[in-house]
Amino acid sequence: MRLATPQKSQPVRAEQIILFRASSQVFAISSASVQEVRSVDSLAGAAVEVNESSLLKVRHAIQRGDRNLYVVNAPMHFGLRPTPAALIFLLRKSRVALLVDGIEKMTTMTRLQALPGAFCHEERVWYRGVTVLDQNVVPVVNPSGFLTSEEIALLDAVTSHKNLPQTGASTQPELPV
Amino acid sequence: MTWTDQLDTCSCVLLRLGERRFALAAHQVAELAAPSRVFRFAHRTPEIDGVILRRGRIVPVCDIAEQLTGRKLTQRRFYLIATRRQQDGLDWIALPVSGECELIQADLTPASPSDSPHVSAWLSHQGEVIEVLNLYALTPGSPDPGNARLPQPALPEVRA
Repeated sequence: MRLATPQKSQPVRAEQIILFRASSQVFAISSASVQEVRSVDSLAGAAVEVNESSLLKVRHAIQRGDRNLYVVNAPMHFGLRPTPAALIFLLRKSRVALLVDGIEKMTTMTRLQALPGAFCHEERVWYRGVTVLDQNVVPVVNPSGFLTSEEIALLDAVTSHKNLPQTGASTQPELPV
Repeated sequence: MTWTDQLDTCSCVLLRLGERRFALAAHQVAELAAPSRVFRFAHRTPEIDGVILRRGRIVPVCDIAEQLTGRKLTQRRFYLIATRRQQDGLDWIALPVSGECELIQADLTPASPSDSPHVSAWLSHQGEVIEVLNLYALTPGSPDPGNARLPQPALPEVRA
């Protein structure tokens, strides 16, 4: 049998990505979408607790400038078993900080394949697509898929009466990306 | 044409799921692949086991045996790589099957309105009446299951 022409994929263009672990699974995120990588310890005392029962994946908020950033627990976002997090990704041009277990490595991807149509639930928002690295399939996360604008509005309302300590937006990051 | 009409002879692929045999229109079949590593990542589509890598493509694995026979496949499996027409081209999906598949020519009898949605037609082969599967009703993320009841004409991209 002869095969169909290959499935349409994004144009070939090298893209720097960070491979990170969340609950022992590996995900990729574009380096360009990560502004800073900090250790969880560096934000101790700077975050306030958020108790919103409809958004269990968000347990903390931190203030950056005049806005709050909401810390999304990556394993919980992806429906995985929560694990002790070591790092926080502060996402660029986003109200989201992402709690992850650790960084696997930084690398480059040259091909991003669309998520097959059979995946038809939340994962279509979670991922930009999938890529193949060293004969492994790695999902590439969508940085804008962690919180919807409605969820951010809800969290703003929940935290509006709380005084959040400022985190050093311009201080030296642990790892500038 | 009404559902009681007899269709022309059609190429079908016979597949085995446990003890039962089913058929799929040949134009929906790309190839039969040997067992290979299944990659798993977080998602919320329960019908999908994971994905396999096949000729550079990422192909989701969907075990339809449980829907059709009530039991998941446990023995060593092959993957029947099937295609579904989507708005922007063909979508591939890997169906675990129990063993080798067989390409046959058979006269199809269209499904009646009282048949299950997963039946697109019936065929008779070696004294056995076999369901021709409606892939769109069995696999998630199908564009429009209602339009896929009967086998479609052969597609130029996939050739047996």
